[in-house]
Amino acid sequence: MTARATYWGKAWRIRLRLWRRGFAEFGYALWQRPVVLLGGIVVLAFLLAALLADQITIHNPMRGSLLLRFEPPAWQAGGKWAYPLGTDDQGRDLLTRIIFGTRVSLAVGLLTVGISVGVGTVLGAAAGYYRGWLDELLSRFADLLLAFPFLIFAIGVMAFLGPGFPNLVMALAFKGWVEFFRLARGEMLAERAKEYVFAARVAGQGDVAIIASEILPNIIQSIFVLGTLRLGYMIIMEASLSFIGLGIQPPTPAWGSMVASGRDYMLRAWWVATFPGLAILLLVMAINVFGEGLRDILDPRLKIE
Amino acid sequence: MRAVKILERVLCTLPIMVGVAVIVFFFIRLTPGDPVDIMMGRGGAVSAAEIEQLRHQFHLDQPLHVQLWYFLRDAARGNLGYSYIRNKPVVDLLVERLPATIELTLGSLLVSLLIATPIGILSAVRQNSLLDRFSMAGAFLGISMPGFWLGIILILFFAVHLQWLPAQSRLSYGLQLQELTGMHVLDSLLTGNLPALADSVKHLLLPSITLGAGVAAIVARVLRSSMLEVLRSDYIKLARSKGATEWRVVIKHALRNALIPTVTVVGLQFGVLLGGNMIVEAVFSWPGLGRLVVDAIFNRDFPLIQGAVMIYAITFVLVNLVVDVLYTYLNPQITL
Repeated sequence: MTARATYWGKAWRIRLRLWRRGFAEFGYALWQRPVVLLGGIVVLAFLLAALLADQITIHNPMRGSLLLRFEPPAWQAGGKWAYPLGTDDQGRDLLTRIIFGTRVSLAVGLLTVGISVGVGTVLGAAAGYYRGWLDELLSRFADLLLAFPFLIFAIGVMAFLGPGFPNLVMALAFKGWVEFFRLARGEMLAERAKEYVFAARVAGQGDVAIIASEILPNIIQSIFVLGTLRLGYMIIMEASLSFIGLGIQPPTPAWGSMVASGRDYMLRAWWVATFPGLAILLLVMAINVFGEGLRDILDPRLKIE
Repeated sequence: MRAVKILERVLCTLPIMVGVAVIVFFFIRLTPGDPVDIMMGRGGAVSAAEIEQLRHQFHLDQPLHVQLWYFLRDAARGNLGYSYIRNKPVVDLLVERLPATIELTLGSLLVSLLIATPIGILSAVRQNSLLDRFSMAGAFLGISMPGFWLGIILILFFAVHLQWLPAQSRLSYGLQLQELTGMHVLDSLLTGNLPALADSVKHLLLPSITLGAGVAAIVARVLRSSMLEVLRSDYIKLARSKGATEWRVVIKHALRNALIPTVTVVGLQFGVLLGGNMIVEAVFSWPGLGRLVVDAIFNRDFPLIQGAVMIYAITFVLVNLVVDVLYTYLNPQITL
């Protein structure tokens, strides 16, 4: 074993031990904040619903029976418990569609945030570490993208690219990475002047190794918190775009387009538009509660608005 | 000197505006298919001779950077293209709908500030009280709620069930109004037309609340947290020990300093207002710019979409410029 390999091995073993202790402390902190814990549980529930959608539903989300159009929710007069939240204009069970819609929302949200975090962090760390023309170029480009309001940019891109899942993720991520870029860059600028970086460089570690193994673990925390907070926002963005027809197209169940189509029937079937929107509200609220709680636990001094 | 610094700052925005135009220029090239076809928006029903003529007219036979130059030059002159679907220059269409959107945006800003300011201040002053907890829970709801859904729920409740407020458009059928600025509330005020005033305000209320709610939530939270910070500082303690009334301390001393980060946030939230008003205009059938864009998307009227996106982005840049300049007046310590 080379000396370098044992050094790396030891560094990660120590980190693992700290991680385990950290998890225990985290669990306790979560226990002390029941609202945050509840938020986390709700998010988990939605996640499970998305993953196990096929297993937990009995109706078909795409095809319904026209005989069963506009069944009211089960607790209202004329409702049936087989269709707990009622049916839509094509006789499809609303609850089933909402559960399947979770897939779309979470997929878009997680993928978009994932790409934004990945691209933004890498570029931000590089810009902050190396500075020079790379920093100038990327920062100017980021400023330029920031000149566009988020939805306007997304609508602009989607209008020209066309609707659909990959286009949607690309459009959202193209604007989304900027925030993480700025955060990573800022944190990198703060960290690179510190002594441990100097020590690592003296010890002969290459730049990339320094960034990856020394600096990144220290800045990953704030990036993670921001990512969690942004997830809810991305989900709302996806829903808004689907609402105006630029996101996920029907008949694929997506909460935004479900609200849009339900809007036409508000007078006689209020539930078709109301419940999908409620689902969005619940999921985003749970994510935000959990994300803010996370920020609170990890570092209350973190100022991310 | 401040004037020079401000001029500097204004000039700095010019490259950004050019950059915005460049990005928008590339948007339209994202669409697969023949550009002339796309511009015409008629999906293939254009004769070969027309295509050739239009190709030359749109400078599409030139290299890309030349096209970009033409685009920028035209934009700087106020020519944002021509909408073949609606048979009008894009600029005319945009200007037509602009007052409605401005009215909605200002209305929403007003509503959100009216809600957020007292709540933010009171929550900070009475921290952890019932009011504070309720307000912050409400703010939380506000930032997690999708705007289009809030609009629909408000319509369902106030327009359908209670029948207190109208569900769409800007003015009830049959009401006469002399148009001066194009903004109904302002016009009815200026012409002393009271029934129209009442009516236009009623129409403006639900859309403004829908659009303003999200912004109000964020502004309330930021105001509260910056107030909390400011109220802990030494000069506030000094003011209190001097015997100033609590009112004076809060409003005159604390608020002025707490406004500083808040104003920045409001400026940034303006972008949310601009984006959100597309959604809200679609929900409430409000005949403004946003609704125009949504229709344009549906009709595949690409020159119009391009022009509108550019206008929105430029507006956002200008608003942030104003906020930056305002910032220096609020906090003399900050240099531009």
